[in-house]
Amino acid sequence: MNGPFEFTLRLGDDALIAAQRLAEWTTRAPEMEEDIALANIALDQLGAARLLLTYAGELEGAGRDEDALAFLRDDREFRNCLLVELPNGDFAVTMAKLLFLSAYQLPLYTALAGGADERLVAIGAKARKESAYHLDHASLWVRRLGDGTEESHRRMQAAVDEIWPYTAELFAPDPGAPVDPSTLRPEFERVVTEVLAEATLTRPESGWAPAGGRDGLHTEHLSYLLAEMQVLHRAHPGARW
Amino acid sequence: MYGNDFGPPEEAPGGGLLGEVEAAEAALREAAARQRRGAPASDDDLAGYFAEVIEADQKIEPRDWMPEKYRKTLIRQIAQHAHSEIIGMQPEGNWISRAPSLKRKAILLAKVQDEAGHGLYLYAAAETLGVSRDELVDLLLNGRQKYSSIFNYPTLTWADVGAIGWLVDGAAIVNQVPLCRCSYGPYARAMIRICKEESFHQRQGYEILHSLSHGTPAQKAMAQDAVNRWWYPSLAMFGPPDGESTHSAQSMAWKIKRFSNDELRQRFVDMCVQQAEVLGLTIPDPDLRWNEERQAYDFTQPDYDELMRVISGDGPCNRQRMAHRRRAHAEGAWVREAAAAYAAKRAAEKKEKVAA
Repeated sequence: MNGPFEFTLRLGDDALIAAQRLAEWTTRAPEMEEDIALANIALDQLGAARLLLTYAGELEGAGRDEDALAFLRDDREFRNCLLVELPNGDFAVTMAKLLFLSAYQLPLYTALAGGADERLVAIGAKARKESAYHLDHASLWVRRLGDGTEESHRRMQAAVDEIWPYTAELFAPDPGAPVDPSTLRPEFERVVTEVLAEATLTRPESGWAPAGGRDGLHTEHLSYLLAEMQVLHRAHPGARW
Repeated sequence: MYGNDFGPPEEAPGGGLLGEVEAAEAALREAAARQRRGAPASDDDLAGYFAEVIEADQKIEPRDWMPEKYRKTLIRQIAQHAHSEIIGMQPEGNWISRAPSLKRKAILLAKVQDEAGHGLYLYAAAETLGVSRDELVDLLLNGRQKYSSIFNYPTLTWADVGAIGWLVDGAAIVNQVPLCRCSYGPYARAMIRICKEESFHQRQGYEILHSLSHGTPAQKAMAQDAVNRWWYPSLAMFGPPDGESTHSAQSMAWKIKRFSNDELRQRFVDMCVQQAEVLGLTIPDPDLRWNEERQAYDFTQPDYDELMRVISGDGPCNRQRMAHRRRAHAEGAWVREAAAAYAAKRAAEKKEKVAA
């Protein structure tokens, strides 16, 4: 089923799961400033998720609000890309994930902001500014780690190699969607290629391209993430918080 | 998206205290506008000049001469305050991933982020006294400087997040509002900024408990259980009773502290009783009652032996909190080294360009 509901739900799920992973860094970051930055980015993603899920619930028309969609769906019903549900790994893996995610979200939100659906225009206009900041932050760290010490270069390259295959799913064609993801690929490639080059990193060869998130076919990681995220909400059916 | 859509301000906590913060801010501006008596006449006059500035309720600034013990006391106090903000992120951070609604998750995440920010302001204030943040962080990690005892208690349910906001942040504000008038300028200014945000946090905690205590029976029981566990540790946050407080007298003379531990504790109890009534929750003290003669509540003192055990390292979570902080620091070392190496390379390039 493709349509505005499905499309909005995907974007909302991407942002929600990304927020959940980024928030795991709170109190664990390499420096205090980075604790603040990662929490800040997590908050932006969570804010976008709330707007998108609220709107998705309205499009669906079945009375589900942001919390019903976030807390009362099982993993087979989640539509996020696999990239965002992957574990945080070390700081390099987190920055590789954030670089690829924000290099995808920035042109996506920018396209939404210029689209036809008023609500998505408003959400896109707000979120693209935040994405630009996320992209800037991730790019800076990928350059620092890539062109830092031998150890950080090794870790950053390993992280890029590990995460790269998961970017293919982001650009699966969907001609009927408000924004066809396949049209975002050139801008993504341009930005990422430039950052990797500046970071003295090698752009991985394309090959293995895991996918399935958009159909609710996830990695084994998502179920654990949801178990933790949903436990309290589900333990008190119908309660208000 | 913040939780500020809750009733008129006078019904929720924070109103009166915020007024005091604003008054302290105004007083700070007035003190800055008043002429300070030039500079000390000679090097012999330094101590006299310092005493006069304190006496006149003016602020001591980083460039001013100050007694070595004043400097040391402030470094200790500000650093411990900063450490408390950083360690204090852990008990609440423990519930971010499980917050029961997206709104609550956003509020909690923003709050924990604010605490990291407060830690940074406070380390910056301490640095004006001639010590570096790295040194202070080392003192924390080596266990040579302390943080607030309260953060050695575990957060066992979601209601604990509410109880921490209401009681722990409430106690912190009662403690910190007078510090907005502290004689050391950078600390006073940091406290003004911090108290404003803390009072917002306290209100959010109160709002969490309010929702729970007006929710299902299970939610209400969860709220009461949390208040039962956090009440006495919160009272203990004001430190040992006046007779046993080692730093108090000198700190009061220097106008670092403005009120005694027991005075502040009493103020906190008096404030909480009414708020607990509005919440519909019980304060776990059978001997709590209004004393007409004193115009204050009589209450049971916290267990100070327990406080001493927790301060000396044997509370429920001391080891866990320190191990977590040390692990984050150690696991982040390669990232900090990379950032330093990258910065050094860029600086060297710039130098080359200038030379060429």
